[in-house]
Amino acid sequence: MAITRSWLVLGAAVACSATLSRPPQLSASPQRSESASQTPTYGVGRAPTAAELSAIDIDVAPDGKGLPPGRGTAAAGKDVYTRRCETCHGPTGKEGPQDVLVGGQGSLNTPSPQKTVGSYWPYATTLWDYIRRAMPFDHPGTLTADEIYAATAYVLFMNGVVGDHDELNPQTLPQVQMPNRSGFVADPRPDIPVKRKP
Amino acid sequence: MDTSRRWFLRAGALWSSTALACSGRSGAPPAEPRAIGAPISGYGSRSPFERAARFVNRNTKAPLEEAASQTPLHDTYGIITPSSLHFERHHSGVPEIDPAAHRLTIHGLVDRPLVFTVDELKRLPSTSRIHFLECSGNSSSEWRGGSSASDVQRIHGLTSCSEWTGVPAALLLRECGVRPGAAWVLAEGADAGKHDRSIPMQKMMEDALVAYGQNGEPLRPEQGYPLRLLLPGWEGNANVKWLRRLKVMDQPAMSREETSKYTDLMPDGTARQFTFVMEPKSVITRPSGGDTLPGAGVHEVTGIAWSGRGAIARVEITTDGGATWAAADLQTPVLPRAHTRFRWLWTWDGRDALIASRCTDETGYTQPPLGELVAKRGTNSFYHNNGIQAWRVAPDGTITNGNHA
Repeated sequence: MAITRSWLVLGAAVACSATLSRPPQLSASPQRSESASQTPTYGVGRAPTAAELSAIDIDVAPDGKGLPPGRGTAAAGKDVYTRRCETCHGPTGKEGPQDVLVGGQGSLNTPSPQKTVGSYWPYATTLWDYIRRAMPFDHPGTLTADEIYAATAYVLFMNGVVGDHDELNPQTLPQVQMPNRSGFVADPRPDIPVKRKP
Repeated sequence: MDTSRRWFLRAGALWSSTALACSGRSGAPPAEPRAIGAPISGYGSRSPFERAARFVNRNTKAPLEEAASQTPLHDTYGIITPSSLHFERHHSGVPEIDPAAHRLTIHGLVDRPLVFTVDELKRLPSTSRIHFLECSGNSSSEWRGGSSASDVQRIHGLTSCSEWTGVPAALLLRECGVRPGAAWVLAEGADAGKHDRSIPMQKMMEDALVAYGQNGEPLRPEQGYPLRLLLPGWEGNANVKWLRRLKVMDQPAMSREETSKYTDLMPDGTARQFTFVMEPKSVITRPSGGDTLPGAGVHEVTGIAWSGRGAIARVEITTDGGATWAAADLQTPVLPRAHTRFRWLWTWDGRDALIASRCTDETGYTQPPLGELVAKRGTNSFYHNNGIQAWRVAPDGTITNGNHA
């Protein structure tokens, strides 16, 4: 919660300074406002085509923006997980050898915290985004949208976050409440007394 | 042509016999080559006598996703890290990118989305600046006391310093026309895993560079060839390599790298997020762990200091474990958000000593003892250890990690 509020504050401050501050090397540029009426200074580069943009515009936002059509359940995801994920993450997501995906809830404030999708990740959309972006590690970009919804559902199911027949799709995925959703805070550094006598 | 080649060969033969004759004579000065040397070459290489290399841990079980190699800080001089020795941290390997086929696309909350070729970016007003780049996981071994056998390369080698050349990100964003409400920019790489981080707009407009040059030549592939984002003073992973896309947004993307990784877990179970800045830090690189002093007497103590918040104002040295401190000399240039070289002449009395450096930057922040960071953050935050590094000097001259109890 704390971090959500501070983003808003930061966002406003940032928008302000982006409008006001201009590096001196640009002062020779024609005066213009940061509005839709501004014109380019250098005329270098060209507009991307819609096809070019959609091929690379792959990020998915916490509100679900960027999610393509598709659907999947944990029941369907078990098969995807077994074929494409299990070798690295283990039969139940706890064995590794690569990142442990399941378990660890309640461990974050102990001497041996376990950071998993279920215990640590604040947004389910991040899991979908990362699977499409980078998984499977040695063959990224080879899963269909339905397979990604299903694999996401299965990893969340193994963590007790969704039921085995809950359907994940562009509407339901952003609604998933992750256990550690409110576990993040803004950077308070410097967080120690910084002035010392020489 | 033929004649000159034969002449070259003959000269070579002559040199061998001369060398043999010289080496056989005792007490003679070291022989210097009298034969014609190697011909000119298109791209230089270092002397075959030099061996300094990045540390690559071949015994690790760490996956390729966590691949990292460390700069030999002990064996570099001045403030510039040779590009070939710049530390590496990749999340899905080093891609081979044809610069002619590479594009940078800027889109999102802008009036005019634009695609640039690398050559087009090079036509725009450029700037060159010297900045350090440090992985936020640098020095992480020390949170739990480290290993007494560890050296400066393995503990602190995830920092390097280069001259970077490129186009200010602000220029490119203005060319696209940033819309009201734009507060973050998602930077994304063209590597296999499409590494991505959300960067506050303020930083992008302040001093971010879209860099194509490093130390006078194009970026090395390990450093993002042909384009990378450079965020002076901010943690390495946010300086996205192989940069292919900048998307202007009103909110951060909450990518995997800014939620499940690169967040700092505190003892109460909360985690700090968007901990970008690298705080003031220094380390003695010579003498340091693994060295052996030949005996009591004069020894130059040298090292590097840097701060993500600005220029280094002061570096102090202790030889008694922090009881007393003496000011070191700073080698010019002393640049903001760059490695700064310091030196101090030590007369060692031949007894046990605990030596360390601490720096203070222009904001007045003095590098803290590691214990103060542990007291505040515990031992599980992993990232952003900027605590003081101590080296233990034994009476026989051997030097070990002084952070280890």
